[in-house]
Amino acid sequence: MSAPNTTADAAVPAAPPATPTVTRGGRGSVVGGGVLVLVVVLLAAVVPYVVTLGALSSLVMLFALVILGTTWNLLAGYGGMVSVGQQAYVGVGGYALIQLADAVGAPPWAAVLAAGLVGAVLALPTSYLVFRLAGGYFAIGTWVVAEVFRLVTMQIGGLGGGSGLSLSAFRGTDRVDRVAFVYWFALALMVAVVLGTYLLMRSRVGLGLTAIRDDRVAASSLGVAVDRGRRIVYVAGSAGAALAGALIALSTLGVTPGSIYSVNWTAAMIFIVVVGGIGTIEGPLVGAVLYWALQQALAPLGTWYLVVLGGVAVAVVLLAPRGLWGLVAGRFQIFPTTYRVRI
Amino acid sequence: MDWLNAGVQGVLLGGQYSLLACGLSLIFGVMRIVNLAHGVLAVLAAYLSLVLVQQGLPLWLAVVVVVPVFAVLGYAVQRGLFNPALAQVRGSDSARQGSRGAGELAPLLVSFGVAVALTSLLQEVFSADTRKIPTGDLASAGVPLGPLSVGLLPLITLVVAAAVIAAVQVFLARTATGRAMRAVADDAGAAAMYGVDPRHTYAVATALAFATLALAGVFVGMSTQFSPGYGDLVLLFAFEAVIIGGLGSLWGTLLGGIVLGLAQTIGAQIDPQSGVLAGHLVFLAVLVVRPGGLLPRSVPA
Repeated sequence: MSAPNTTADAAVPAAPPATPTVTRGGRGSVVGGGVLVLVVVLLAAVVPYVVTLGALSSLVMLFALVILGTTWNLLAGYGGMVSVGQQAYVGVGGYALIQLADAVGAPPWAAVLAAGLVGAVLALPTSYLVFRLAGGYFAIGTWVVAEVFRLVTMQIGGLGGGSGLSLSAFRGTDRVDRVAFVYWFALALMVAVVLGTYLLMRSRVGLGLTAIRDDRVAASSLGVAVDRGRRIVYVAGSAGAALAGALIALSTLGVTPGSIYSVNWTAAMIFIVVVGGIGTIEGPLVGAVLYWALQQALAPLGTWYLVVLGGVAVAVVLLAPRGLWGLVAGRFQIFPTTYRVRI
Repeated sequence: MDWLNAGVQGVLLGGQYSLLACGLSLIFGVMRIVNLAHGVLAVLAAYLSLVLVQQGLPLWLAVVVVVPVFAVLGYAVQRGLFNPALAQVRGSDSARQGSRGAGELAPLLVSFGVAVALTSLLQEVFSADTRKIPTGDLASAGVPLGPLSVGLLPLITLVVAAAVIAAVQVFLARTATGRAMRAVADDAGAAAMYGVDPRHTYAVATALAFATLALAGVFVGMSTQFSPGYGDLVLLFAFEAVIIGGLGSLWGTLLGGIVLGLAQTIGAQIDPQSGVLAGHLVFLAVLVVRPGGLLPRSVPA
């Protein structure tokens, strides 16, 4: 049985020696990356000296939105988990910041980082609960958890009940110093979160996550630790949301349970990721800038901007499911996470 | 006596929750879509009937108008939004290069977009003030039950909920359309080969779900102070009733609604601030102890 096969194989002329080249990135990534570095340098070294303090505060919100979008994308785009409850961690981050800065007396930068840690610590046990739900039910389950976080926060004594807390750590600090500090710190944090996400997705964990997203069962059968991978993503994504929440509280100098735990944060994240381009690192950057610009432009119209955002999100999902980045850039990657084989 | 009263009120409140949950359960059961706009749509139905009643229509006539309108709306939403979103779910099964787009998340994201837009739209049109559908004597009427007086409206809600669930159950089990729905739920491709049009069948299922949701919305509007944002809570309560009861089981949903109602009223009896929180906590406890729900369906849907 095996003999004819062998002869048949031998009869086939040997294929020309293929020398496949495996590349990651390319000229596009170098140019795109260069442009992004330039933008960050401009934001750090030029922008603060030419715009108003109000504009700087509004840019802090943009940086927070980039963090929110990037980390929600980690969940949905790479982990396949649509959470409608990330406002739980935005809220936890905001409250943790104020408690750590005011009650504990930590310096603001340390309080923000610690607030992210608090988010991660709370996300770990929560993941065991919400991972019992799949798909769409996971989405609403996380929303219930966020409601529980909000209601419990309002019941804990010393957290201000329904009226929230205001940050007093900056009392006595000059306004210009304060805004400048928050601006640079938020910029640095945003860069760190985006780069961290990129490095995570390039790593072995990221490869496993991509496999999980594409086919959970197949990934599992190839030895990818599915639950561990999803848990890492959930904890990391929640820590990111908490960091953003802390930044928001730092910038707005206070929190109220109604606004910091608002589901509209998740609506923003979903818009940013879906419209920008889900499952890419560049997409949420594009989406965040667009969301922020729309919010600024439509602010005088009150809640109409949410009507527009909801409609745009629906249209993009149905008509251009790869988002703006997918439409414009195709397979071009500034942050190369995938290898390409050329033979 | 207070505790007994809280218990009875909780059971009756459960009627409202299970009526709300019926449509959510149906859409999920047939299409595996979790409709995040469920709550705000129920609130929309409440607003529509409020407007009709304010125009001078009797309440029963408003219900007779709103429920069919929602059935038509459901059919249109399914054909126009959810079916294209479902097509993407199937599209994502075939190999794609690079970023795969929204893929199987598409229906969820579409329904969330609808929910966000509709909530804000209602806020623009009706403001964020709380409203209630005027019901005349009905809201205050009571039926003596032993030492207690039981509200007539909650009692009617519970009876209607049980009747609707029974009717949907019979519809799914006995009618040709119901059979078609169960067939497309099991395997849309195979059902299509036998001459069932999945897109039409899906749309009929959504129409039915929207009709029950509109009815539920009217009952919510009669018994509760509602505002555009109340849709979020409605969605959460309906969802909790589904999960507590057990996925895919409509009678389980009735039980789940009652358990949730009991948790809320008894929780509120302990601490008036904590009724809703107690409901959420019971839901999470069920998730930990019995993730399949109280009455899990033995045969998968």
